[in-house]
Amino acid sequence: MLTPLEIEALSLSLRVAAVASLACLLPAVGVAWLLARTRMPGKTVLNVLVHAPLVLPPVVIGYLLLLLFGVKGPIGHWLYEIFGWRLVFTSGGAILAAAVMAFPLMVRAIRLSLDAVDQGLVFAARSLGASRADAFLTVTIPLMLPGILAGLMMAFAASLGEFGATITFASNVEGQTRTLPLAIYTATQVPGGEAAALRLVLIAVGLALLALVLSEVAERWARRTVYGT
Amino acid sequence: MIEVRFGKQLPNLLLDIDFSAPSQGLTALFGRSGSGKTSIVQAIAGGLKPDSGRIAIGDRVFFDKAGGIDLDIHRRNIGYVFQDSRLFPHLTVRNNLLFGYKRAPGEHRFDLGTVVNLLDISSLLDRRPHHLSGGERQRVAIGRALLAQPTLLLMDEPLSSLDPPRKSELLSYIEGVRDELQVPILYISHAFNEVVRLADQLVIVDAGRVVLCGPLMDVASDTTVAPLIGRFDAGSIIECTVATHDNDVELSTLGFSGGQLRVPRVDLAIGTRVRVRIRSRDVAISLSRPMDVSITNRLPGTLLSLTPRDGPYVDAHIDVGGATVRALITRESSGRLGLEPGLKVWALIKTVAFDSRSVGFIRRARSTTSPLE
Repeated sequence: MLTPLEIEALSLSLRVAAVASLACLLPAVGVAWLLARTRMPGKTVLNVLVHAPLVLPPVVIGYLLLLLFGVKGPIGHWLYEIFGWRLVFTSGGAILAAAVMAFPLMVRAIRLSLDAVDQGLVFAARSLGASRADAFLTVTIPLMLPGILAGLMMAFAASLGEFGATITFASNVEGQTRTLPLAIYTATQVPGGEAAALRLVLIAVGLALLALVLSEVAERWARRTVYGT
Repeated sequence: MIEVRFGKQLPNLLLDIDFSAPSQGLTALFGRSGSGKTSIVQAIAGGLKPDSGRIAIGDRVFFDKAGGIDLDIHRRNIGYVFQDSRLFPHLTVRNNLLFGYKRAPGEHRFDLGTVVNLLDISSLLDRRPHHLSGGERQRVAIGRALLAQPTLLLMDEPLSSLDPPRKSELLSYIEGVRDELQVPILYISHAFNEVVRLADQLVIVDAGRVVLCGPLMDVASDTTVAPLIGRFDAGSIIECTVATHDNDVELSTLGFSGGQLRVPRVDLAIGTRVRVRIRSRDVAISLSRPMDVSITNRLPGTLLSLTPRDGPYVDAHIDVGGATVRALITRESSGRLGLEPGLKVWALIKTVAFDSRSVGFIRRARSTTSPLE
């Protein structure tokens, strides 16, 4: 039914999106907590940095990533020297680009759920003998679960559609960085590739709808589990 | 001893609190909304940091500005029952109850079985808080606080979100906790009938200050308190003993030093000591013993004093066999009857004026409930 090339693009997309959104999770919870609950100096700077990918053109983000993580970039050079990792032209690069672009979406979803946690419940937990960390892990985090799931789903969906930063930073390498959007773009660049492009578009639409339904189901399940409603 | 002495500038109120209470029985913190009651309890629990002063329960110092002590909330070992129960929605009733139990240090005095029995919540254990009624939620919240093995139980208007029948029901459970378990309770309320029914000690708070503090009977009969309770809620408190029950007419007779009171049937054993509150506005005065009125309680006494109040009112104190009954009447009536101290009068009180919340038993003998587990 699907051609090997289509399967390759689809599975690469799923892998990149899954890894990127899971990799965002812990840092996103941390950053959401820093932004919502602390009064540390430099909070505004952090806020701006985290949200920059939302407002900057993706190409700009891709270019900045190239400057930082390219083989000659300050971080990329270091990663290459020590671990032998090269992000440009590899799926690692596609994952990094997708993660950076999806990160602010996830932070926003998680921060909303953190703000919605009743501080009265946290105080109740503290009065019952729970330390700050204990109350965070046993009350705050479980109550945030629906929001965390929503954030994961949103990041996953955004990663599936990531194009600009990926093609600029990680380039368009078959089997490595050519996710569905890049494959569609590539097909439209080839004379007579309209039919192939249309097939890929249908796959992308199907995938998006499936993700939407799944995220709805997952969120409802989480809400029921956590709040018993 | 529970010693609370601290100062704190709040945005709209300057708190200057100083009181102490014995570390047994129930101490009520009574005052109007906004008088600073909740802030006091918050300061004891550690949710509000005072600017100055010292807070100590027994030999445990929670806060001492001079000594630089400010114990962390979770090390204070108090049980806090909130107005809005604050049960954890993601946990079952059982796990809510065990939340503090698992974290309590040292030897556990109260176990799950005892507390579940006392509060009648065994059938709720596997439910989620979402599926509980308001009264059930508060019972679970009280149980959760008790199982944290507190050295002090703080209750912040635990009845305020309940309808009257549920209020009355929960009051009985709180009486149960007060009498069965040896844990001092600090109970916040702005409803005087709850206070009368529950308290041993009374602390009256007004505008961020403690106005009066002491045993309930002493404080409640202090005339300076009347304006705080409200003219129409002020009254007298009389200690009685349940004498008889008349099931056919659904009435009970309570005996006290000055005679007998007929009240709507109370579900208490004969011989139980009870505390009855009679609101001043429910008492009328007659110069002779009226025979052709419906009023059942006609008590002979001597007029002690007449104190003019704001508006057309006079507050009359009547000595009835050693107990003081207060009556709120109009200045006009007082003049018409020619009332003056020393006069022999009859105090008339309608039986209907007593409701279940104005009759509270004082203390049951400590029964020995053996824990189920």
